[in-house]
Parts: sequence; structure tokens; C-alpha cells
Amino acid sequence: MSAPAETSALPPADAPASGGGLWRVASIIAWRSLHTYVRRPDLFVPSLVFPLVFLASFAGGLTALGSVPGFHFPAGYTAFQFVFVLCQSAMFGGLFTGFTMAIDFEMGFARRLMLAAEDRRGIALGYALVALSRSAITLSVVSAAALATGMRITGNGVDIFGLYGLAALLVLVGYGWAAGVAFRFRSIQAGPLMQTPVFLIIFLAPVYMPLSLLQGWIHSVASVNPATAFLEAGRGLISGAHDHTGLAFLCAAGLIVLFSAWMLRGLRNAETSA
Amino acid sequence: MRGTLSTQVGALARRSLLKTLRQPFQLFPIVFFPLILLAVNASGLKAATRLPGFPTHSYVSFAIAVAFIQGGMFALINTGTNLAEDIEDGFFNRLALTPLRRVSLIAGLLVGVAALGLLQSAVYILMSLLAGAHLEAGFGGALVILVLGAITAVGFGALGCAAALRTGSGEAVQGLFPLFFVFIFLSSSNLPRNLLRTGWFHTVANWNPISYLIEGFRSLFIFGWDGTAIWRGFAVAIGLTLVSLLAVAGALRTRMQRT
Repeated sequence: MSAPAETSALPPADAPASGGGLWRVASIIAWRSLHTYVRRPDLFVPSLVFPLVFLASFAGGLTALGSVPGFHFPAGYTAFQFVFVLCQSAMFGGLFTGFTMAIDFEMGFARRLMLAAEDRRGIALGYALVALSRSAITLSVVSAAALATGMRITGNGVDIFGLYGLAALLVLVGYGWAAGVAFRFRSIQAGPLMQTPVFLIIFLAPVYMPLSLLQGWIHSVASVNPATAFLEAGRGLISGAHDHTGLAFLCAAGLIVLFSAWMLRGLRNAETSA
Repeated sequence: MRGTLSTQVGALARRSLLKTLRQPFQLFPIVFFPLILLAVNASGLKAATRLPGFPTHSYVSFAIAVAFIQGGMFALINTGTNLAEDIEDGFFNRLALTPLRRVSLIAGLLVGVAALGLLQSAVYILMSLLAGAHLEAGFGGALVILVLGAITAVGFGALGCAAALRTGSGEAVQGLFPLFFVFIFLSSSNLPRNLLRTGWFHTVANWNPISYLIEGFRSLFIFGWDGTAIWRGFAVAIGLTLVSLLAVAGALRTRMQRT
């Protein structure tokens, strides 16, 4: 008698929203995770070091590529690479939150959360807020570093707003994928499964050179890779010479919808297993 | 576990090698990760060969050198993680209580790493040739690459052992991976040093020993027998091995006292 009563008190993932409960759960999770994040250098520092190393290595070490015949980018090679680092950091910001979620499951915290939450979709929403806030810190630091090293921006204010808007959508894309994996496996052992596909997709895009200068199989793969649209749109926005902007936002929105369904099915899976 | 030193080392080396070869999760990144990065970089950066001063028309021949260093870094992670696991589950302590000589504990592991280093170097050479790279130094050069690859793997593997002995934690050893990846990124891994035009980056790459290790491997593919690049490459690999072994000796002493 008591078991069904307990089950009915916890609405399933696809139950109608009870607005207050959803946001209350989300805000508590977001506050707790952000609090942990800023107080633990072992979490905070690596998430900043990787993008900064990528920026230093690609924008600093490969500037000579700006002289390759056929390469024309009005804002210069640093801005060209900055967009890659921004998109990569945004997607990985989402992924790292998936790692946190998986660790929380391993430690038993997320399991207790599943039992206590008024609306379990608030758990997914809460971690999404964590991903966005953490990424905001990372992207601010990376942007400040790029500007301090002389990056030029030739796009206008609206373009830059669009660039960071696109980055925010990419955070949610990375998070949606990783959270779906974390809800299903509930272990950090699934980390490579979260990371590898995103790593491959982003590196099989025009990372170092524009698409027009790629040759062979990488050109064919990059031509149908959605990450190409993200990079081209981002580079178009930072330079003011728009390229595939609409397509990039459409792809990002489509992926968010797709991965939200993947994540919510994962949450349902976790509910039945927890 | 009585017997001569060579018997003890042989038994532990066999165990170390088999432990890696039998775990697809450890073997997969050693082969897959460097080759995927090679494929991506060789295609994405092919246009760099059109820069004046670039030493070859084949970016695969230029970039394959990085795979050997990445292989060395996986040796660091795998060896360190395996040893940390042995410490965590008590195997190392039980081994330390046997009449086994202290030096065999680590020498066995490192001989296994050297064998793995030879194997992975052979795979990288084979795959690079299949991908269209040209080995200018020929068969003799391939043998030198195998030796340099094995020493590099031992150098990094010993560093992994030192970290495992110091911390006794596989997680701490894994944490070293990003740190060493920074050394690859801030080197002449993607472009030759003469084409690194950003002042500070050029300086960092000049001071980064990994640049010279990469150039040691690279010279055999691109230039043939370039004595300076080869001796510098060996100097870095041997230097790394010696420093790592010193670190292992210190960490082992502390660990044995605790045991």
C-alpha cells in the first residue's frame, strides 16, 4: 500500500509540469553544483586550462596558416581560431556537466535527489543551468584572453550577441547528449562515450582552414557535418561577413530538441532503475 | 618468487605487457587516438605544406612524429594506472613482502612498457606508410624509430610509475594526461619551428624538450639521416628516462617504508 503511494507522489518525467516544483528543484541543484564548482580548484582549473591551451596552441602556434594562398579572413587568424575554441569550450562545458551528473549518480547523491525531487525534470533543468553558468565563466575567461592577445573583431554588437547566443545553444547541445548518457549509465565510466563523439564531430569540421581549402575525405565529411555550420556561422559573426548563420541556429535548435528527447528518455530510464 | 633477477623481471614484464594487451580499453586509445588525430590533422593542415619554408609536400610524413609522443603519453597513463591499481588492491604490498628484489618490481613493469613501445611504434610506422608517408631514412631509419619509440615509452612509463608510487591513486595518474598534452600543443607538433611566427610561442617551443623529441622522429621521415636532430631526440628521450627513474627510485623508497 505504501509503495504505490510513494510512487504516485513522484511524478514521472513525462508528467505535466508543476511549474513551482520544477524550478525549485532546478534552482537548488544549480546553486549546489555552482557552489561546489567555484570552491573546488580541481574542477574549476581544468575546465579553464584546456580552452586556454587550445587558444594558445592554435591561435598562437598556427598564425602562419593565415598566409596560405587562398586564405582570406578579415578579422585575422586569431579570431578565426577563437571561434573554434569558443564552440569547443561551449560543447565541452555541457559535457563536463554530464560528468558531474554521472559522478553524482556514482556517489549516490543523484539517486537521493531522484527520491526527493517534486518534479524530476527539475534535475535535468537544474544541471542545464549549471552547464550554462559554468560555460559563461569559461567563455568569459577565454574571450578576455583572446582580446588581451590582440584578437580583432570586425563584426558589430548584434553579431557578437549572436555569436554568444550560438555558443549558449552549443552548451545545451553538449549537455543534452552527455546528460542522456549519464542518466542511462549513471557512472563516470561512461565518460568516453560522452566525450568521444563530440570530440570527433568538432575535429571533423574546418578547424584550421576554411572549408574551401580542405581537400579529400575531410572536405566530404566536413561538408555534411553540422559542426561546420557552427564554425562558419561563428566566424561569419565575428568578422561581420555572415555565412550559414540561419543554418547553424537551425541545426543547434534541432539538436537541442533531439537531445532533450534523448535526455528525458534517459531520465525515465533512471527513474525505473533507481 | 625466487630466481635470478632476469627471471623475476621477465615474469613481471610478461604480466605488465599482457595486462595492457588483454584490456581493449587500454589498447584502443594507444592505437586509435594517435591515428585519428593524425588523420584529422594531416587532412586539415595539408594546406600548410604550401607555405614557403615547409620542409615536405606530405603533411602525413611531417605529422606522424606526434603519434610516437602520444603513444609515450598513453604508456605513462597505462603504466601508472596499472601500478596504482596494484597498490590500491594490495597486490604491490604482497609482492613487496616476497623475496623479490626491489629493483625487479619496477624493472619488470618498464621492460613490459619497452616491449609495448616497440609494438606501438611498429604500428605507427606501418599505418603511416599505408597512409602515404615516406620514410626517407629507409629500413635502418625504421629500426632507429623503433628504438627511440621504446625509450620514449619507457621514459614516460617511468614517470607514470613515479606518480603512481607517490600518490597510490589511479585518478591522480589520469590527471597527469592533460598536463603532458600541453607540452605537445606548445611544441613544433603542427608546424616547423621556423614557421612559428608568434614570438612567445616560438620561444616556448624552442625551450620545450618535446619539440626536439618530435623533430628526432620527424627527421628520419623527412630528411633521412640528420645527425643533429637524431642525437637531440635521443638526448631528450634518455634524459627523460633518467629523470623519471630517479623520481621512481625516490618514490619507491618512500612507498617501501610505508609498506
